[in-house]
Amino acid sequence: MRPFDYTRATAPQEAAAMAAAGATKFIAGGTNLLDLMKLQVETPEKLVDVTRLPMKDIVAEGDGLKIGALVPNSDLAADERVRRDYPVLSRALLAGASGQLRNKATTGGNLLQRTRCYYFYETSARCNKREPGSGCDAIGGFNRIHAILGTSDACIATHPSDMAVAMRALDAEIETLTPDGATKRHPIADFHRLPGDTPNVETVLSPGELITAVHLPAPLGGTQIYRKVRDRASYAFALVSIAAVVTMDAGKIGTVRLAFGGVAHKPWRNEAVEAALAGETPSAALFDKAADILLAEAKGFGENDFKIPLARRTLAAVLAEATGVSL
Amino acid sequence: MRLTINGVGQELDLDIRTSLLDALRDHLALTGTKKGCDHGQCGACTVLINGRRVNSCLTLAVMHEDDEITTIEGLGQPGNLHPMQESFLQHDGFQCGYCTPGQIVSAVGMLDEAKKGWPSHASKDLDGTVSLDNAEISERMSGNICRCSAYPNIVDAIRDVNEKGAA
Ligand SMILES: Cc1cc2nc3c(=O)[nH]c(=O)nc-3n(C[C@H](O)[C@H](O)[C@H](O)COP(=O)(O)OP(=O)(O)OC[C@H]3O[C@@H](n4cnc5c(N)ncnc54)[C@H](O)[C@@H]3O)c2cc1C
Ligand code: SF4
Ligand code: FES
Ligand code: FES
Repeated sequence: MRPFDYTRATAPQEAAAMAAAGATKFIAGGTNLLDLMKLQVETPEKLVDVTRLPMKDIVAEGDGLKIGALVPNSDLAADERVRRDYPVLSRALLAGASGQLRNKATTGGNLLQRTRCYYFYETSARCNKREPGSGCDAIGGFNRIHAILGTSDACIATHPSDMAVAMRALDAEIETLTPDGATKRHPIADFHRLPGDTPNVETVLSPGELITAVHLPAPLGGTQIYRKVRDRASYAFALVSIAAVVTMDAGKIGTVRLAFGGVAHKPWRNEAVEAALAGETPSAALFDKAADILLAEAKGFGENDFKIPLARRTLAAVLAEATGVSL
Repeated sequence: MRLTINGVGQELDLDIRTSLLDALRDHLALTGTKKGCDHGQCGACTVLINGRRVNSCLTLAVMHEDDEITTIEGLGQPGNLHPMQESFLQHDGFQCGYCTPGQIVSAVGMLDEAKKGWPSHASKDLDGTVSLDNAEISERMSGNICRCSAYPNIVDAIRDVNEKGAA
């Protein structure tokens, strides 16, 4: 690990100001940042410890919830209101990492965790995300875990978070504080970026911008499912995952929200898929049509070609479970 | 920096980069806590921080100056074993023993989580009722890898402590 300076912030505004300039990083749970610092994938010159900041509570806010950026993943999953009103979020969190990691991992840090692309982790490989302009060894290389939607010629990495996929289905908003004292709210739809020509720029955050909270709008009800397909039954990242919220109305699909993990550089959502399902009578043929829309522009890179049929089948399985149709 | 380990305050002069795990092992001679992967993947380094189980390899010692840290040495000592330690002996919950301290500390933290009604990926319902069958124990302990694959006896040892309500 490279040497760095360490400072403990005592107020959010102070933290943001301290991180405004230079190679400075916030550290919260540390479970992603320290992992990457040990490998010198991340080489900050200064760490600002935000763990003492007053951002640890989950509070009711209108019909919704405000989740402090430091709320650990395990506490969020176990919160009674989240379990009752946003079960897709509890389920997504519980499907991620391990008990020990969830105790440490924070809501803000989880949103900003970086890709698990092997070449991103391997400093001798070419990687446009780690070293802009160096190339991408995943294209034409080992890319079994890589993206099939929204990729670019520069990067085909995925965003690894389970939590963020559920938050995307729930239309969460991310509240931040900038170094000059402004409070911002970013809809999660716009928060993470597609790789384009600059895969090193992963979110809309500007330097020093501190995540202070995540807002969940009023509960949607309905059947909520988080289905994660992975290489082993526990403690593995998603190959494909789906967060679904579905209501039924007299035998027809009412509202439907679908967000996808493991397939893109950000939690993926395509409202045209939802529009094709809403108001229809559920059937295997309908689910197939929805998958056609979802995967119209999907592109495999060799080892990850299997994700295209896998996404189709996972979608059908989730929709069948949510609507009570047997396939 | 000042750390409180197993109830004892310690004054240490460490490189700021020192992980909690290295502080315990290399500077405090508390070598019960093991280093397997150093990257959060194996659970051998599990300790309790303020009663919660975490991976000590993925946190900096300096970040825990105000916290209570419990290691395997603090759970029980020869002649005064913690019920979970006893149970691992009774059920032969190990082979080489390398993962064992992490398994035991993790299991103690896990039972506490279950007592609070925390659900897991294996839970059918999210209603706060927890019944620790083998599937639940395996899921909740999946952050602790055993290279010798002593899993069946590890699960038995933990289930036994839970059923006796001893932890
Ligand atoms: C073995 C292993 C398995 C895992 N499996 C899964 C899995 O299956 N699913 C899954 O979703 N995740 C998984 N994870 C990842 C885990 O969820 C993340 O490491 C964790 O959520 C990161 O949170 P943290 O608080 O530790 O972040 P940190 O490591 O502290 O920070 C991560 C990033 O966020 C920034 N940051 C932190 N807080 C703030 C803030 N308030 N404002 C602005 N920036 C901030 C930091 O500067 C850093 O860049 C796994 C991790 C490991 C090690
Ligand atoms: S896919 Fe992205 S993260 Fe992976 S090597 Fe290519 S540029 Fe780097
Ligand atoms: S040494 Fe910490 S998890 Fe492996
Ligand atoms: S007993 Fe050998 S690793 Fe678990």
